[in-house]
Amino acid sequence: MQFSESWLRSLVNPSLSSDELSHLLTMAGLEVEEMKPIAAAFDKVVVAQVLTKEKHPDADRLNVLSVDVGLAEPLNIVCGAGNVTVGMKAPCALVGAKLPGIEIKQAKVRGIASFGMMCSEKELGLAEESAGLMVLDVDATVGQSIREHLDLDDYLFTLKLTPNRCDCLSLNGIAREVAALTGTAMASLPAATFTQAGSQNRIVKVTASSACPRYSGRVISGVNANAQTPAWMVKRLERCGLRSISALVDVTNYVLLELGQPLHAFDLNKLNGGIEVRFARAGERLKLLNEQTVDLQDDMLVIADAKAPVALAGVMGGADSAVDDATTDIFLESAFFAPDVIVGKSRRLGFSSDSSYRFERGVDFATTVSALERATQLILDICGGQAGAVSEVTGELPVRHPVKLRTSRVHRVLGIALPSEQIAQILSRLGMDFQKDGEDFSVTPPSYRFDIEIEEDLIEEVARVHGYENIQPAPIQARMSILPRNESQRPLAKLLQAMVVRDYQETINYAFVDAAWERDLCGNSAPITLKNPIASQMSVMRTSLLGGLLESLRTNLSRKQTRVRLFEVGGCFSKSANGYVQHERLAGLAYGGAQAEQWGVPSRNVDFYDVKGDIEALFSPLSLAFKALPHTASHPGKSANILLDGKEVGWIGELHPQWQQQYDLQNPPVWFEVDMSALIGVAVPKVTGISRVPLVRRDIAVLVDEGVPLDTLLTAMRGAKAPYVEDIGLFDVYRGKGVEQGKKSLAFRVLLQDTQKTLTESEIEPSIAILVDVLNKNGAQLRS
Amino acid sequence: MQELQTTLDDALKSFAAITDAVELENAKARYLGKEGSLTGLLKGLGKLSAEERPAAGARINQVKQQIEAALQARRESIQLDALQVKLAAESLDVTLPGRNSSVGGLHPVTRTLERIETLFHSIGYDVAEGPEIENDFYNFTALNIPEDHPARAMHDTFYIDEQHVLRTHTSPIQIRYMQAHMEKYKHLDAMPDIRIIAPGRVYRVDSDATHSPMFHQVEGLWVGERVSFADLKGVIADFLQNYFETKDMQVRFRPSFFPFTEPSAEMDMSWKGGWLEIGGCGMVHPNVLRHVGIDSEKYIGFAFGMGVERLAMLRYGVNDLRLFFENDVQFLKQFN
Repeated sequence: MQFSESWLRSLVNPSLSSDELSHLLTMAGLEVEEMKPIAAAFDKVVVAQVLTKEKHPDADRLNVLSVDVGLAEPLNIVCGAGNVTVGMKAPCALVGAKLPGIEIKQAKVRGIASFGMMCSEKELGLAEESAGLMVLDVDATVGQSIREHLDLDDYLFTLKLTPNRCDCLSLNGIAREVAALTGTAMASLPAATFTQAGSQNRIVKVTASSACPRYSGRVISGVNANAQTPAWMVKRLERCGLRSISALVDVTNYVLLELGQPLHAFDLNKLNGGIEVRFARAGERLKLLNEQTVDLQDDMLVIADAKAPVALAGVMGGADSAVDDATTDIFLESAFFAPDVIVGKSRRLGFSSDSSYRFERGVDFATTVSALERATQLILDICGGQAGAVSEVTGELPVRHPVKLRTSRVHRVLGIALPSEQIAQILSRLGMDFQKDGEDFSVTPPSYRFDIEIEEDLIEEVARVHGYENIQPAPIQARMSILPRNESQRPLAKLLQAMVVRDYQETINYAFVDAAWERDLCGNSAPITLKNPIASQMSVMRTSLLGGLLESLRTNLSRKQTRVRLFEVGGCFSKSANGYVQHERLAGLAYGGAQAEQWGVPSRNVDFYDVKGDIEALFSPLSLAFKALPHTASHPGKSANILLDGKEVGWIGELHPQWQQQYDLQNPPVWFEVDMSALIGVAVPKVTGISRVPLVRRDIAVLVDEGVPLDTLLTAMRGAKAPYVEDIGLFDVYRGKGVEQGKKSLAFRVLLQDTQKTLTESEIEPSIAILVDVLNKNGAQLRS
Repeated sequence: MQELQTTLDDALKSFAAITDAVELENAKARYLGKEGSLTGLLKGLGKLSAEERPAAGARINQVKQQIEAALQARRESIQLDALQVKLAAESLDVTLPGRNSSVGGLHPVTRTLERIETLFHSIGYDVAEGPEIENDFYNFTALNIPEDHPARAMHDTFYIDEQHVLRTHTSPIQIRYMQAHMEKYKHLDAMPDIRIIAPGRVYRVDSDATHSPMFHQVEGLWVGERVSFADLKGVIADFLQNYFETKDMQVRFRPSFFPFTEPSAEMDMSWKGGWLEIGGCGMVHPNVLRHVGIDSEKYIGFAFGMGVERLAMLRYGVNDLRLFFENDVQFLKQFN
């Protein structure tokens, strides 16, 4: 809602500066979003009249004027404007005036002394462009300050109104609020003085009476549709952001702004028969004032004549019944439509109008007739004509039920002890009717307030007028108990820190991604799709974090990074039988050197096993299994499914060469993704006795076919349950000289221990024999 | 006896001049070896009379001990010198960088969230979470935003289907948490206070220099028998002063409108001579409490919501929201 401060002050004029007024509104919940002066700061510019005009002797385009500026003697001024005529009135900047970007000095222009400057709108900073001098009214007072004449010491206020404060969508409403907040009296609007003279009338029938609880209208005949809208009205409309269109339309807009009541003027002679307020019927169409033709739906309320709908009620009038230059008789409508009937309709049609904006929030149903009277008076004053009687149909208007307000509840909710007398005073200032019963109130809100239904609504009103600033913050007090901390769950922060320690940088990527990423990297051809994505490459919900990490990798490579290690923790989304499921995942991606380039370690690119180590460290003390399995995103030979206790918990792989090429990556990144849920749970430690007896180490080296995975051998050995064996680990893999092609040599470290005594060779040997035996059974031969 | 003194002087002098261990042992032989001069003197004792022998023997032994002590001292000194030379040769350039020292870091939003959680945890707030694809009930209806209510236009919503949206705020977590809390404590006469913060990603159809279609909010909720608007102001002021580590921080509340709180307020904080909007808050609307089965006469609650990126920007001097989601490591590493 944009309005001019001077218009507001004509209705209520508290002794506050503009800044104080702005602060008052903001702190009362009517946030002033912007406050800007109508005109730049300038002075010494007055209304001037051109007395004589002579050609400059030495310049074709210049004139030498004699100008009356209200001083004893006229001034000599050289002027280059093309539209200057003798007798015209225009602004004149006197010597010493400071205009935007220029200071006026006495000067000689081509040899002729000039004592000021005649001004255009542009020169005064009132317009971006202008052709010639600004032409002032013929009745402007010569010598008067132009700021005063044009009311330029005014501010444009823009309010960011919340949806509940529909009562402030007019100058009158804002003035009412300012009066309540400051205790200043409001000026009353000029009373209607016309007398009804016209005999014409229209029958009004309201079929949809609960949708239109009040409909009033009247015929005004014999109007001059071409009458000039007075300058004061044009100025006020413009300062509220509305263009002047024609006198009849301007008046309806003016009253809308002044009182908040949307009005509509039909050309009477374009209406067929009586007016009916009803819901649209199947198949009906209406061409609106904005030239949009609408297929009406049966939940849309219309104003119809005997033949067809002529307006979409509360939203916009029809084009075919609109007033125009030839209009002589009008039917002026002022109605109250129920908010729930209007709400959503204009949004459905893809536009918003000043009328629908107000009706869907709530318009004062008590003032339809007074607004009609006010508009009638203005039309008669400006366009002439005769006003007929008011036709009014009233159905069941909204009822304002009394709302209980307890002083004790005010204290409890706000945390301040406000005396009931003060509460009573606040309610009075807000125009609320109330009865006081002891410390409690029964409050009936006024017809213009649609937001007071429960006690808390009134408590907010009390707090607002009392001032939120006057409620002192209370120190925190609470009955506390210790917050439980489940030790068998690792906190997220700890897992994040584990990634950080392994040299990964956390990223946050959008959860909606390019459908191509889902298709290529996840083999997902039916992702969850947004109905209204912001861009096509952000249109589907991710099922993996990989796409985002690759995108971030590319961003960094394009900015000349060579080694990038990223991770993200976030939701991945999929459909389920009864809706959607969100899985929290952790994904990482490593690209470039295995380590940051340094003097003491030879450079090499990161590989599968580097990243596998990172994952194992992340999960530690949980131990994982890795099963070779292809994944759409990965190199088929360098891809594995990650298992925890036999359950699939994630993937690791080197990016498939196809995607590496498509994403234009010099080296293959290694990526992984795991379920957060698998990472969280760890057992609380349960200590067993430790042995003081020394460990014995025996090494076993075997030859085995390349195709045999290590895990097969380890699992077999561990499964053999050889006595005293505490741990078996791999410490070397060797291929090359001494090992035939297609084979590999694996060396295991076996640690044996007894809790009671030092093991003897005769106890160790059988255990090692058992291990060698299972190795043999799995195709591994002891190396000689 | 003159001979004895000369031998001692000779030995001490020659030991002192020697710097090599082998040479020292050779020198030792000259005095103490089988053919050594001192050994010779000892052998000569036999020629002396029985009366002279003990005193002469004692004197020779004394000199022998002196020589042996000098020898031992010299040995140690030579050894020490050798060690020092060896150690000096082994010195490192301690200014060379250590190996594999690089570590990563957390995203500034995560860092900010951890800070917020820590501060609220200190006054007994637990952390709650909820899904990002929300249904209409939790995102709107339960929060007192009926269909077609003009307040829905305040949320530029991403739709998945008729019933599901990408949550436009973290407030639905309030509802889910309160429902669970009521279920958990339904057997008690009075439920314990609810004190949670609910951080998370939220989504709005908006993208420009100051708006991201995805961003983070942190929601706070306290429901109990003795909770007031003054307490809300107290908690927020305390939080902001501690978050920004300044007691000079001014916090301003001004009336606003949210369908799920009444009274409602916008929170502003003092910043560089003006006011900066930091989030919305208010007393939980009785309809919202009723939706989850909480007696709104007995219990009162307050809720607040803040933009996490906004808090991070102010704290760390980030001037462009888009930096948070570009993931340029040159930006991210500044938070490591």
